Amino acid sequence: MTALQEAAPRPREGVRREALYFAVRNGKLLTGFGVVAVLLLAGLMGPLLTDVPPNQYGPRPMSPPSAEHWFGTTTFGQDVFTQFVHGLRSTFLVGAIGGGVAAVIGMFVGFVAGYRGGLVDEILSMLTNIVLVIPALAVLLIINAYLGLRSVALQGLFIGLTQWPWAARAIRAQTFSLRSREFVDLARMSGSGTLRIISREVAPNMSSYLFMTFILLFGGSILIASSLDFIGLGPTDAVSLGLMLQNATQWSALQLGMWWWFVPPGAAITAVVGALYVANVGLDEVFNPKLREL
Amino acid sequence: MLRLDDVTKRFRTGMLGGGSVTAVSDVSFEVAPGEVVSLIGESGSGKSTIGRMILGLQPVTSGTITFDGSHVRPGKEFYRHVQGIFQDPFSSFNPVFKADRVFAMIKDVYHPSTPGPEWARRVEAALHDVRLNPGQVLGKYPHQLSGGQLQRLLIARALLLEIRLLVADEITSMLDASTRIDVLNLLAELKARGLGVLYITHDLSLGTYLAERTVVLRRGSVVEMGPTGQVFGGPLHPYTRELLAAVPRLHQPWDDAVPVDACAYHVHGGTGVLAEAGPGHHVACARLGTCP
Amino acid sequence: MSLRVSELRVVYRTLKGDVHALDGVTFGLADGEILGLVGESGCGKSTLGKSLIRMDGRMRHLGGTAVLDDEELPIGDDRRMNEFRFKRVSLIPQYAMSALNPTRRIRKLVAELLRSRGVALDAAELESRMAQVGLPPDVLGRYPIELSGGMRQRVVMVISTLLDPSLLIADEVTSALDVSTQKAVVRALLGFRDRGYVKSMIFITHDLALTHHLADTIMVMYAGRLVEKAPADVIVQAPRHPYTRLLLDALPEVGVRHADRRLTGIPGSPPQLLDPPAGCRFRARCPVADDRCAEDPPVTALASDHHVACWKA
Repeated sequence: MTALQEAAPRPREGVRREALYFAVRNGKLLTGFGVVAVLLLAGLMGPLLTDVPPNQYGPRPMSPPSAEHWFGTTTFGQDVFTQFVHGLRSTFLVGAIGGGVAAVIGMFVGFVAGYRGGLVDEILSMLTNIVLVIPALAVLLIINAYLGLRSVALQGLFIGLTQWPWAARAIRAQTFSLRSREFVDLARMSGSGTLRIISREVAPNMSSYLFMTFILLFGGSILIASSLDFIGLGPTDAVSLGLMLQNATQWSALQLGMWWWFVPPGAAITAVVGALYVANVGLDEVFNPKLREL
Repeated sequence: MLRLDDVTKRFRTGMLGGGSVTAVSDVSFEVAPGEVVSLIGESGSGKSTIGRMILGLQPVTSGTITFDGSHVRPGKEFYRHVQGIFQDPFSSFNPVFKADRVFAMIKDVYHPSTPGPEWARRVEAALHDVRLNPGQVLGKYPHQLSGGQLQRLLIARALLLEIRLLVADEITSMLDASTRIDVLNLLAELKARGLGVLYITHDLSLGTYLAERTVVLRRGSVVEMGPTGQVFGGPLHPYTRELLAAVPRLHQPWDDAVPVDACAYHVHGGTGVLAEAGPGHHVACARLGTCP
Repeated sequence: MSLRVSELRVVYRTLKGDVHALDGVTFGLADGEILGLVGESGCGKSTLGKSLIRMDGRMRHLGGTAVLDDEELPIGDDRRMNEFRFKRVSLIPQYAMSALNPTRRIRKLVAELLRSRGVALDAAELESRMAQVGLPPDVLGRYPIELSGGMRQRVVMVISTLLDPSLLIADEVTSALDVSTQKAVVRALLGFRDRGYVKSMIFITHDLALTHHLADTIMVMYAGRLVEKAPADVIVQAPRHPYTRLLLDALPEVGVRHADRRLTGIPGSPPQLLDPPAGCRFRARCPVADDRCAEDPPVTALASDHHVACWKA
């Protein structure tokens, strides 16, 4: 009887509290989010520590890390640490906006097409396939060249608008298979509407999958942004990790042995994407009660 | 209570619904309160599609399904009285949530103002009705419970509503022999309380155990229906005979009935017309009475 | 004697510990004999079938032997078992219908499979065997998706017995089939034995009534152990173990009506095999159990072919 009173009357809060309980006890999740949080903090707080503009030329070019220049300087005497923290900030921004926009559109299209099926599905799938075959980079080139986009946020938005189709397809396929499961019928027979079923029944079953989708879109946005930066279509008044890497390559940092120029931005991109992957594995264990027990 | 009139279901297939497949054609029958009707058919007979149409989970192509004289309108009021349970208990529960969430969902929609302790008492009473020990099943995840326990949880869930018709689609086919019969006995108890049950199965022996009336389905059409004793005691349609002959029995060997295709009068796809062979006993046979 | 299994013990390894799925099972199978292996889910019947041909990654052979035609099967050694599989021991899996490669026509599929075993395809023999299970020759030119579930099931049956294995293990092959197809499959299996394609057979099922139509001997298992083994008619008509009796009592038959004769299930559920209880494993659910059942009941022979593990039998 006591078990009954504890279990029955608190439905959803209980589930959330329990997920949190397992989340704070999951090493992978904490490690992953910890690494991301440290880098995010560096990107947010770092620029406040230095008042030097990131692209300002300095008097001591090509110097290795020292007390004055923590990460050394570039061929032009620019402070790598200043560039790095500014770069982190814009990289997180472009990843969040690009990944966020793509994830929102992809989820909407994927869930609706997969759950509704029929004609709605055919129309949405057609749209998805059309956007999918458009060479995204070429379109971004044209848009950038014409509109002269120079802000990180707009860059992220455009990347997001071209990146969603594969996410939509993947989510559609998952939704499609979950839709035919009988617990969806049971929810309908409990008086739940479409929106409620998608958010309360279908989505929780693929929460780690959705998160992984976001991570991939996030990482993809960062990479696309650096490609754009490389061909001179990136933000001219800002710095990004991609831009730093490209500059380092352009000025032969590798050949000159200036490892401090390309290691920090390369390591940061790898660390962000890698840490999110590790967190994702942990998240799977938190959301899947079967994995929890192993 | 439940009435089907010339219910037909066609599924559209191909790009933009170009083609179509008929899954159910011109099926008519009734289920009265306190009555168990078994719907018997092999895979592809359309029996599950009929169940889903009755539950409003799939639209009807033509014909009508009425409950208490009004058309099926899936929604809160309809599901208060009509519920379904399906074959795979593990697929009926969302694996990421605890199994007792099915009760909470009912409370959210139908009894939002019932105080927690009062609701807990009702849940316990319903569990008691289905012979489940609350301490053993509440607060557990679906994979920690057995198939029999899960199916009973679903029956208990239905009992928390003012249920009058239960569509039970192969609910025992994934259970072990020792628990299967208990679930059936439970349905018999509910029937005694006035519940109407449509028991959908491919297993003739399970179908005959409870049902007053039996409907035999083949390729989407009714081939024979009537009181269970008559349909299985004196089957008239060759398909019913064939089915009955194929059932393995403990104390007698298989006998070889006339296969359907060998019946000279059998029209492919059924005649669609049911002839009356006795009181309430109908057969889809154009040459009724002249058949050996 | 075709097959002799002694004291076979197999565990499933899990992170919580070893699950004793098969806990000392001993039985024999004569030439030409079909053994029906019956029990509820989790009783170890499928584990027994699997362990005689291929253990999966989580299974571990703890002890006991299996001797097939006077030669010991290296059941714990996956690599050495390879030369026995398909040639000497063959398995029809539970979901045989989906075991066929969908991109190959049946004929090509069979030829490739045989080539991988170093055997040439005898087309005439294949066709005659297909005909024997009621499949027309044009099936060979079709893709698996064009065949019905029952037809695919029979194709797999023909393939598994093509090299005339000594022992055939059929694992729940009829569970997903309609009654009329079940009948055809069971008849085909009988035909395999009668024509000598296979010497002996283990038919694993949860359907007692169906087994009775096929098996010469029925062996009932419970919680990883043998409960009762006797000729099929004896099991059905004069069972001695309380579990067998209750199982038969719970079996609805066509014509049995709730109003006339109320059947009852077996209360309770099987014990956890992670840490199985001492003594008779059915004790907790048994209506006739007493203090003596706290001690393990040995498998005793009531007759030369009737073995029971119960103090009360």
